Amino acid sequence: MTVTADHDVGKSRLLEMVSIRGATGPLIGLLLLCVFLSIATDSFLSFRNFLNILDQITVLGIMAVGMTFVILIGGIDLSVGSVLALSMMVLGYLNVEAGMPMAIAISGALLASAVAGAVSGLLITAFRIPAFIATLAMMSIARGVANMITNGSQIIGFPAWFNMGAIIRYGGFLTMTVAVMLIVFTVATLYLRYREGGRSLYAIGGNPEVARLAGINVQRTTVLVYVASAVLSGLAGVLLAARLDAVQPSSGVAYELDAIAAVVIGGTSLSGGTGGVVGTIVGVLIIGVLRNGLNLIGVSPFLQAVIIGSVIVLAVAVETIKRRS
Amino acid sequence: MTSDGRSPILTLRNIHKSYGPIEVLHGIDMDIHAGEVVALLGENGAGKSTLSNIISGTVLPSAGTMTWQGASYAPANPREAIDAGVGMIHQELLLLPHLTIAENIFVGRYPMKHGRVDRREMESRAHRGLERLGLDISPRQYVEGLSTASQQLIEIAKALTLNAKLLILDEPTAALGGEETKLLFKQIERLKSEGVGIVYISHRLEEIKQIADRIVVMRDGHKVQEFDTADLPVRTIVEAMVGRSMEQMFPPLAVPDEETVLEVSNFSSPSGRFTDVNFSVRKGEIFGIAGLIGAGRTELVRAIAGADPIRSGSVRLNGRDITPNSPRDAIRNGIVLVPEDRKLQGVILDHSIAENIAYSNFESVATAGWIRSHRVREFADKSIRKFGVKGTGRQKASEMSGGNQQKVVIAKWLARNPRVVLLDEPTRGIDVGARSSIYEIIHALAADGVAVIVVSSDLEEVLGVSNRILVMAAGRQTGILDRDEANDVSVMELATA
Repeated sequence: MTVTADHDVGKSRLLEMVSIRGATGPLIGLLLLCVFLSIATDSFLSFRNFLNILDQITVLGIMAVGMTFVILIGGIDLSVGSVLALSMMVLGYLNVEAGMPMAIAISGALLASAVAGAVSGLLITAFRIPAFIATLAMMSIARGVANMITNGSQIIGFPAWFNMGAIIRYGGFLTMTVAVMLIVFTVATLYLRYREGGRSLYAIGGNPEVARLAGINVQRTTVLVYVASAVLSGLAGVLLAARLDAVQPSSGVAYELDAIAAVVIGGTSLSGGTGGVVGTIVGVLIIGVLRNGLNLIGVSPFLQAVIIGSVIVLAVAVETIKRRS
Repeated sequence: MTSDGRSPILTLRNIHKSYGPIEVLHGIDMDIHAGEVVALLGENGAGKSTLSNIISGTVLPSAGTMTWQGASYAPANPREAIDAGVGMIHQELLLLPHLTIAENIFVGRYPMKHGRVDRREMESRAHRGLERLGLDISPRQYVEGLSTASQQLIEIAKALTLNAKLLILDEPTAALGGEETKLLFKQIERLKSEGVGIVYISHRLEEIKQIADRIVVMRDGHKVQEFDTADLPVRTIVEAMVGRSMEQMFPPLAVPDEETVLEVSNFSSPSGRFTDVNFSVRKGEIFGIAGLIGAGRTELVRAIAGADPIRSGSVRLNGRDITPNSPRDAIRNGIVLVPEDRKLQGVILDHSIAENIAYSNFESVATAGWIRSHRVREFADKSIRKFGVKGTGRQKASEMSGGNQQKVVIAKWLARNPRVVLLDEPTRGIDVGARSSIYEIIHALAADGVAVIVVSSDLEEVLGVSNRILVMAAGRQTGILDRDEANDVSVMELATA
């Protein structure tokens, strides 16, 4: 009797760890998509292509994690694409132009991103500017600063090992960039599910007044969430720089929309309080697999945009209908 | 009785309603006559709301017939019901905060002139509507920022301008103080004399005795009893509602300790919502705060709990100054608040009970900041069991009755062994059965040595539950009454002073 009970507890805990809660619908969609592409093309279903997809989603994946945090508390962050560009330009400037070691350049890039996030967060909490407006302003400001660093031109000349980190597959499969993404996914999932701070985000998104009266420091948490989103965008910028082996201030335009799309496809509610990183990972994979597969079939990028738009509507509509029944 | 020898304006025959396989109304028959007030009573979940939603066209019945003024009546939507002359005022306020009062009253049916909205006509008609309710505010004012009571009266004004022949009022006085309630009753009397039939849903039985001509009691989807008079002992009505005989509603009061726990001195709010309040509460004492709506009671307890800033004054706990500047601060010192608006401030409706409880008890369900999900569940189940909440920790808060939600809001604090518990309108919108169990919880807290503060607009409640009563009027403290000198007259005198 006791043995069975213990067994059940262990099993349920394991199930809970990998459970995807609200994201079952998107996951089924992802699997159907993979089955379809495996049949429609001969090149989709291969280990090599799977690794390609992982490489292609690193930047979006990491930004979407930050966006999940923001959307969970009922906010929005439009500045992530510009912050990514800012981070890239600071990285290039410090490492190539100023000749500093890469460790310092990366720290500087992430610090610049954090400052951008902190400013957005303070505008939203202390000055009560709506998140949409505050981050719209930051989107313009960060883009402007990114351009000012080199007056709009690109920077090349990173050390060779930096680019290799995005190319060499350690153990035959894992590039440094993908490894960073997987670490971000794991830490974010565990944080949201099991840390006080993570659960507080759900409370704030559910109802900020209830959260405040429950003793949660809503203002501080909100600022930190925007800092986290910006730092993750900055990190995505560093990885993008490694992949491209160059930085330019026009990077990341409209990336915020991809990130929001991935979060929404993954089942996180735009009104806050429900969803999570696992759903977002599925959402990122759906976008990544779709782009990859459509390229393999030879669908034009213009039609791809139409298809991705339709998928967003489909995903949200299915969730809404499911909830109503 | 009023019903003798007259034909009813609305008859319901054998009304059934099912949701899927579950039947929630089992063949209700009811008659409503012109110019009478029929009180519809029952605990939450008895089927009152479903029945009134059927009458107002919000919900379609599964079976049964209705007759309205002699003709067959089957409204497919609220619009048809309104056009037929049936108005309903919902318990939840359905006003648009960013529009003016006049716009809210006439939304969907703006008076037009030359193809444009005739604002002057709209505002003057709105003004007349407000005046009829004795509400002295400009119809051009925006609804946002108005008190709950004023908003409730605007809903009523809206229904009055519809020239409805039947009005359904769902807990219209839940947010009203004594004065506003009196005004509302005057209006109801006037409507009665104009031949309007009224279905009145309320949990305040004293009100029912004042205003109702007949009483229909529902329980578990059945009509269990009908009284042709409202002049009955409260006890009789309550027993019909709960289906068993009730013990005394309020448990006997214990004598509190001598030791003073909480001392509030020279307490003033920045906006002047309350000024220069001084009182102290002893260990194990239940301290009531009475007053009319707008007297500053809610603002006072929110400030004590650190939820709102203050201009001056101090809060001392066991002699130590701990004047809080955030809820977090107050909670750390053992001062917790069960807020007035359960759905907006107490629980997150979309989240499970277990999560709701965990939000204020992270230390109890976490090890070094890591939440243990089995502890969240066990913790919730334990709290739920302790308070006799019906349901499980996995249920969403929105799936529970108001009484059970309120128990969850109280339960989530008690694991922290608070020293001061502030309850703001703890039984608003809660049915009689759940109400007495909340009183029991309050008494159990006091017996454990907690200093309990209860704000209530329900005079009977505040008199029944408190050792002492602080009365406020227009932001001032007008007196503190001991239990033996407190009665409805002495409290009302101070509340209107």
